[in-house]
Amino acid sequence: MEPEDEIYENGGGEQPPPRSKPIISGEQLDVETYASLYRDRTKVARLLFIADRCDNEAMPLEALGMEALRMAYDEIKKGENTQLFREVVGKIRGRLGDKYEMDAAWCETVDRRAEQKKEKLENELNSYRTNLIKESIRMGYNDFGDFHYAHGALGDAFKSYVRTRDYCTTSKHIISMCMNAILVSIEMGQFTHVTSYVSKAEQTPDALDPITVAKLRCAAGLAHLETKKYKLAARKFLETGPELGSHYNEVIAPQDVATYGGLCALASFDRTELKNKVIDNLNFRNFLELVPEVRELINDFYSSHYASCLEYLGNLKPNLLLDIHLHDHVETLYDQIRHKALIQYTHPFVSVDLRMMANAFKTSVAGLEKELEALITDNQIQARIDSHNKILYARHADQRNATFQRVLQTGSEFDRDVRSMLLRANLIKYDHNLRASRKL
Amino acid sequence: MGSIENLVTQIQGLSGSVDDIAHLHNILKIADESLHAEPSALSSVLDQVDPAKHSLGYLYFLEAFTFGPVSKEQALTLIPILARFINCCDAQQIRFAPDKFVSVCKRFKDHVLLIESPLRGVSPMRAAVRKLQTTSEHLTTLHPDFLLLCILSKSYNIGLSVLEDDIFDVDQPRDLFLYCYYGGMICIGQKRFRKALELLHNVVTAPMNTINAIAVEAYKKYILVSLIHYGQFSTSLPKYASSAAQRNLKNFCQPYIELATTYSSGKIAEFKVYVDTNREKFDNDKNLGLVKQVVSSMYKHNIQRLTQTYLTLSLQDIANTVQLGSPKEAEMHVLQMIQDGEIFATINQKDGMVRFLEDPEQYKTCQMIERIDSSIQRIMTLSRKLNAMDELMSYDPLYLSKVGRERQRFDFDDFDTVPQKFPI
Repeated sequence: MEPEDEIYENGGGEQPPPRSKPIISGEQLDVETYASLYRDRTKVARLLFIADRCDNEAMPLEALGMEALRMAYDEIKKGENTQLFREVVGKIRGRLGDKYEMDAAWCETVDRRAEQKKEKLENELNSYRTNLIKESIRMGYNDFGDFHYAHGALGDAFKSYVRTRDYCTTSKHIISMCMNAILVSIEMGQFTHVTSYVSKAEQTPDALDPITVAKLRCAAGLAHLETKKYKLAARKFLETGPELGSHYNEVIAPQDVATYGGLCALASFDRTELKNKVIDNLNFRNFLELVPEVRELINDFYSSHYASCLEYLGNLKPNLLLDIHLHDHVETLYDQIRHKALIQYTHPFVSVDLRMMANAFKTSVAGLEKELEALITDNQIQARIDSHNKILYARHADQRNATFQRVLQTGSEFDRDVRSMLLRANLIKYDHNLRASRKL
Repeated sequence: MGSIENLVTQIQGLSGSVDDIAHLHNILKIADESLHAEPSALSSVLDQVDPAKHSLGYLYFLEAFTFGPVSKEQALTLIPILARFINCCDAQQIRFAPDKFVSVCKRFKDHVLLIESPLRGVSPMRAAVRKLQTTSEHLTTLHPDFLLLCILSKSYNIGLSVLEDDIFDVDQPRDLFLYCYYGGMICIGQKRFRKALELLHNVVTAPMNTINAIAVEAYKKYILVSLIHYGQFSTSLPKYASSAAQRNLKNFCQPYIELATTYSSGKIAEFKVYVDTNREKFDNDKNLGLVKQVVSSMYKHNIQRLTQTYLTLSLQDIANTVQLGSPKEAEMHVLQMIQDGEIFATINQKDGMVRFLEDPEQYKTCQMIERIDSSIQRIMTLSRKLNAMDELMSYDPLYLSKVGRERQRFDFDDFDTVPQKFPI
């Protein structure tokens, strides 16, 4: 299934209201509706990522890429980040017409304004610092952080936010500092900071309001996802409450929570956990409603309809590859899900006809044999293949024989090791005696 | 001349009881120098002394007689004399002067090698070894020489019979290195790879302050045999290996370690290329034959892995997976392995299929029970030995003083100084 085939099925999207049409689906990504899920910097980052991806692909995706670039341009113009602006213009390379050219005048005005603001903020901060009023110093640093963030100096923003820590008095301050730090860290891609600030926020003595809790869970989930800890990521995403809504749009949309959580859970949970935490999870069901395809594929997997499950997965793949957080994990997750499907299929049977299994998985018998061979060698499936008749036989190790074998082997190893030990001890004793006699 | 006549009468007289022999030994020690001064005069005297009854005296005479370099013809005449002596001498008497005996035997070995017929020396040397050993667990200086003769004369079986004894007491560490190295070579020759690995492992992990050439050569062979027998090799030496070995051995055996890494990648073609490019190095170390065995063992291990995954497999598929040329070759390999008992399978030539079977051993026969029983007995003996050694060590005054100095002090009264030496 090549991405190009999928793209030919549908042209660009129409303009339906944002919530009713599933955004992440098998059809071609509608850039406008996708982008409307987010705001601020992540919107721009995602659009630029899509544009980059589409640049490398074949011709039909170019329209998608152009659309993304156009929206990115508009969004950046609303903000104050001249560096990003220059980047976008460079990427457009004049392909979108006159309206989307380099606007040097705008850049200059924005930069000048930024300089003035920066001076003003610095002066304010210095005066606060001399006055030693904690609250104002904290707010000064916060403003500085916001300023740097708006202008794309993420490192400086992070430093400024972290500086407010010394001046935080209430837990509300601490939480806002943590949230800011988390936001900047995610943008910078430094997920170790994300984890540490999430735990810091969760440790505050006051009870957090549910929206903040949900936001923290999402951030933690993202951090785990990036570090490839899929099981932990799934757990975090699944614990996110529905109160999240669109409150965290500057980082993540609820559709993403559903997709990431669903796929990670499918790849890493076993059956009981899948049933308890995903299928029977009422909270998570709200999220899954937003991405009915993911919901369908999880249900299919659980009820052993592997062919349709794998088909949904294949359909989703091109769009998932355009997602900024998930794209480099798609292959691994898909492989893990496929392996789990194969293992689950063979588990209840004593013998399995490989031809029927190949049908169920919509693959060839030879390819299936290769995959099963890899899984058997990895010891994930206990079975053996009868290549002549194309049957897979389950193989249960004979415990008694295995025990005898192990006993004999351990015995001979003990024998050998003790003998060499005694020999070495004698050598050392000899050496020691020699040295002692020399000393005398 | 007169003194020698005197000695002869004394020898003939004092070769009775143990005390007499001790007394005789002292006399002989004093007279040793004068014996060495006139070696030529001794040839006539040797007939007067009986090697069986007057072994100690004969030994002294013989040792002085054979002192110094000899030519090939002289060696030819000396060898039967020496052989006769070694075969019929009295073990108890010669144990009074072990170094003399050792030097006589070493000269015997040199003579045998000089006339290039090592086979003549094998049997007398074995007798010599047995006579010099105080117990069967004792490693003497003659053991490596004996093994060397076995290797050179290709009489591996006799060497194996001596190797079966476990060694615990060692005279000189250098003997142990040579013994284990030669022993390893003999076992490799007889295809007893497990025992070879054991012996070579002992060399490589023996305590040593600096690295020696024997350990380096042994390590090279160790890598190769480990690949043949287990199909894998781990480059890290166990913790109890000496630090000198751990640091330096790898530097001397670089081509072999690379060989092991290429082997573990599983690609036979690459491996063969590597072997061919480094052929000379292996040849210089005289390991080329062993390396060729490693190559064929690669096929074996690949086929063995297949038995874990498949119940039946076509010969064509085996040939493809294991990277053999044709199904015919695959059939040859599988057949050889079945005959050697390395896998259990049946070949169906009509379909060109091989059916892999489980190990038919059910562990229910009498032989198996006997085997398990004897293993248990053996291990219990070893355990007892280990305990005995432990007890012996705990009486040792040096050990006690060291432990006493460093023991935990729970009470104020404990802060007394432990005496350095116990009054015995």
